Amino acid sequence: MNWMKHLYIYFLISALIIVPGIYSLARYGFKPSIEFTGGTRLTVENVKSTPDTVLQSFKDYTPSLEDSSKNSVTLKTKNISQETAQKAIDTIKKDNPEIKIAGFETIGAALGKETIRKTLFALVIASVMLLLYISFAFKKVKYGVCAVIAMLHDSLVLLGSFSLLGHFYGVEIDLLFVTAVLTILSFSTHDTIVVYDRIRELSHKNKGENYTNLINRAVTETMVRSLNNSLTIIFMLIALFLIGGETTKYFSLALLIGTITGTYSSTFTAAPLLIVWEKIFGKK
Amino acid sequence: MTLSKPQKVFIFICLVTLFSLYIILPAKIFDLQIPRINFKIGSLDLSKEIELKQGLDIKGGLQVTLTADMKEIEAGDRSTALESVKTVIGRRIDLFGVSESGVKTAVSGNDYRLILELPGVTDPQQALDLIGQTAKMEFALPVFTPGKTATEEATLTGFTPTDLTGADLARASVTFETDDRSPAVAISFKESGKTKFAKLTKENIGKPIAILLDGYPVTMPTVQVEIIDGNAQITGSFTVDEAKALSVQLNAGALPVPVSVLSQKNIPATLGADSIRKSITAGAIGLSMVIVFMIGNYGWMGFIASIGLVLYGIFTLALYKLIPVVLSLPGIAGFLLSVGMAVDSNILIFERYKEEIRSGRTWTVGLELAFGRAWDSIKDANTATIITGFILFNPLDWNFLNTSGAVRGFALTLILGILISLFTGIVVTRNLLRLFYKGKTLEIKNKK
Repeated sequence: MNWMKHLYIYFLISALIIVPGIYSLARYGFKPSIEFTGGTRLTVENVKSTPDTVLQSFKDYTPSLEDSSKNSVTLKTKNISQETAQKAIDTIKKDNPEIKIAGFETIGAALGKETIRKTLFALVIASVMLLLYISFAFKKVKYGVCAVIAMLHDSLVLLGSFSLLGHFYGVEIDLLFVTAVLTILSFSTHDTIVVYDRIRELSHKNKGENYTNLINRAVTETMVRSLNNSLTIIFMLIALFLIGGETTKYFSLALLIGTITGTYSSTFTAAPLLIVWEKIFGKK
Repeated sequence: MTLSKPQKVFIFICLVTLFSLYIILPAKIFDLQIPRINFKIGSLDLSKEIELKQGLDIKGGLQVTLTADMKEIEAGDRSTALESVKTVIGRRIDLFGVSESGVKTAVSGNDYRLILELPGVTDPQQALDLIGQTAKMEFALPVFTPGKTATEEATLTGFTPTDLTGADLARASVTFETDDRSPAVAISFKESGKTKFAKLTKENIGKPIAILLDGYPVTMPTVQVEIIDGNAQITGSFTVDEAKALSVQLNAGALPVPVSVLSQKNIPATLGADSIRKSITAGAIGLSMVIVFMIGNYGWMGFIASIGLVLYGIFTLALYKLIPVVLSLPGIAGFLLSVGMAVDSNILIFERYKEEIRSGRTWTVGLELAFGRAWDSIKDANTATIITGFILFNPLDWNFLNTSGAVRGFALTLILGILISLFTGIVVTRNLLRLFYKGKTLEIKNKK
């Protein structure tokens, strides 16, 4: 099949997804969790009053309501100690005799900045290492560069969708999200390498054949494998997302989005990029 | 009888499986008692049931990062001071009776931190109050109550405080005696302490003086002579390590470092139990979907691959127990994700096999070719994932990379998952296929 005939349509599809994401990133940014901003998150139980009353008792510490169920309230404030929090809820003890702090989490602001810096480092190092490894394994820089571009494409989709999710549904970016992004980097290259590997093998066997034809054949031959493999991972992730615990819910979602774009990009971004590269830098 | 190579490998796989099952199964299933082997390798005791280590987010408890205020401490002494604080806090945690607690130090630029994990603590505020105090050192005179009879030895019943405290102590360090080079601890006092110490030693020649840290005696040397210049040596039959440990403890009093809470997280145990149950259900459902998918797509081959997948699960769990890997929620996610990735090598091989059959090869040749040719992509693709895994795991403890336990837990399970899946996906499945698979060879050659 001549997949590569519609090369620019694939880039257009990618653009249609990435551009709103980038817009959202620039306009709204992320909704960072307290792991990045510093602050305190606490859950109080046995609440009889309205969540607003609880919020009111923390009014000195810029509180915001995160979640409330029948008698527990979760809220976020600036960085305070558990002692301070206890004092705050003591003020409403009269109406809520059994009120107590069930979950408490506080993170200093300095720690948050450090996490961001370390994350960026990890991203840069991972990209450089993968670029070097692929260029080395395939003995051509173009494979490394194109695979890394496809990888960045996937990260952009993921970052963009979480920026949108954050803006519209209040989904937060935490340390686990960062882990998910890095995992997707490796999954994306994993998938791309399988396609590239086939291109390499075919080009050894059919010296002198038209490069675009080679890529078309490689893509056709690896398509079923790509889909099947992604499906097995997607089964796992959907199960985790739907019934796994609350803690890992958005982590699974991030991995899910990443797996889908990773599968798409290895065929429809990484492979066409090679053709574009040949057009620009290839021998006449 | 001679065995063929696949048969030998098959026996090997069976043995590994039996061993892994022995590791992961509880010692008692309902009424059935599993006999335990009486065998030890190093610290590993196979006669006992090995527990799966659970992380704080599953077990529940308190996680605190403390930051040490080093304003008062000279730059060169800071890491010693941090070690001292660690020892002191470690002892306080032991007093709390928390099992499997951990104290780690972390230095990041100019920040000196202690990371504490206290599983099972139900009253975090009380724990923090106890832990967060600055270490207090006092010099005191031991009080002995004489024994009731002449033969009974006198017992130590208390201490009388003196005016000499840790604030008067400048520092302690390991030294070696001039005559026989045996290790000793040198202590030196500040100006404020010299006269107090001279008076104390003068009055107590031949008697012991106790040095108390947090009210507990660290050491109780006997005064030999009056010491005027504020430089003393504590001798005894120390090993170098003992002398070092003592000087660290003394420095904790000499260099008091106030600590404050940088971050804190209380995890209720019920939340963890709930999450783990949900994750396991999710994993079981996901796994059965993968198996159904594999059998539906590849038939008998898919079934053999599924056996490989189940073995993968058994090996991984056994390894988690043996290493041991501390299992956290992100770690479980990493494990489940690697199950999805584990089938990838099999899918690559099976698709390759289908191609080889289509191009007219006999199934035996096709099978071997498929394994051989798919290996290139499997190798490159998995290396890429392992590279990322290592960056996340940060094995060299590089300061500029992440050191968070959650991220590391995820990375470790991912790396292990890939390595084990290479074994089950390639060695195990290949041999099972060689032994138990009869394929068909296409009679008519397909041309494209």
